[in-house]
Amino acid sequence: MLRIPQSALEDLRRHGEETYPNECCGVLLGRLEGEVRRASSIARCGNTRSDSPQNRYNIDPKELIRTQREARERGEDVVGFYHSHPDHPARWSATDLAEAHWTGCSYVITAVEGGLAGRTCSFELAGTGEEDKRFLDEEIEVVPAAASIESR
Amino acid sequence: MKIHIPTPLRPYAEKKDVVEVAGSTAGQGLAALTSRYPDLRRHLYTDDGKLRAFVNFYLNDEDIRYLQQENTPVKEGDNLSIVPSIAGGVTLQIAE
Repeated sequence: MLRIPQSALEDLRRHGEETYPNECCGVLLGRLEGEVRRASSIARCGNTRSDSPQNRYNIDPKELIRTQREARERGEDVVGFYHSHPDHPARWSATDLAEAHWTGCSYVITAVEGGLAGRTCSFELAGTGEEDKRFLDEEIEVVPAAASIESR
Repeated sequence: MKIHIPTPLRPYAEKKDVVEVAGSTAGQGLAALTSRYPDLRRHLYTDDGKLRAFVNFYLNDEDIRYLQQENTPVKEGDNLSIVPSIAGGVTLQIAE
């Protein structure tokens, strides 16, 4: 399950609206607590796929290393990633699965229809490696703003 | 050198996020790492011993592909980060 503050969820959905008709992408930062990926914030990233940004995304590893370093200073880590599907459903695609390698992490997808964020769904990349990796539907538990402040 | 292990590979390295190894090149460091944690090997190398294409290796802030790959010299105190790629996107075929 993915637990995420409402503000972070709204921010990643807004990111998809801002980059429409191109895909947005970013990182979910937080802590792994048993089977729960508890995100506390997101880090917006640039989409390096300038050749086909409307249907592909790629995060620069250098940007991820920097983001990870900053998160580590706060005692946090990467718990997942997000991207948008402009004018396509919030379901993982064959490309998403083929190019996903962070098993145990959440992959959040937001459908953006005509520039407006629609459904947001999350999938856990399960498995032990390339041979058996698969996406599993996972619940998103949204933590309301007041509760997220209390739980810090 | 310090090798930074990404979240998905930590189960194969005693859950460590950083492992200190000896070696004067990136390749020697990775060999030392996979010798200590043999289960990591299949995640980093193909069956014919090449580094997997979707795994990036950054020495400090530089991709070793654009340096001297596995022969890239490493100094004491350097950081080698293992970063599986993060990519995807819409295709015409959406999973049911």
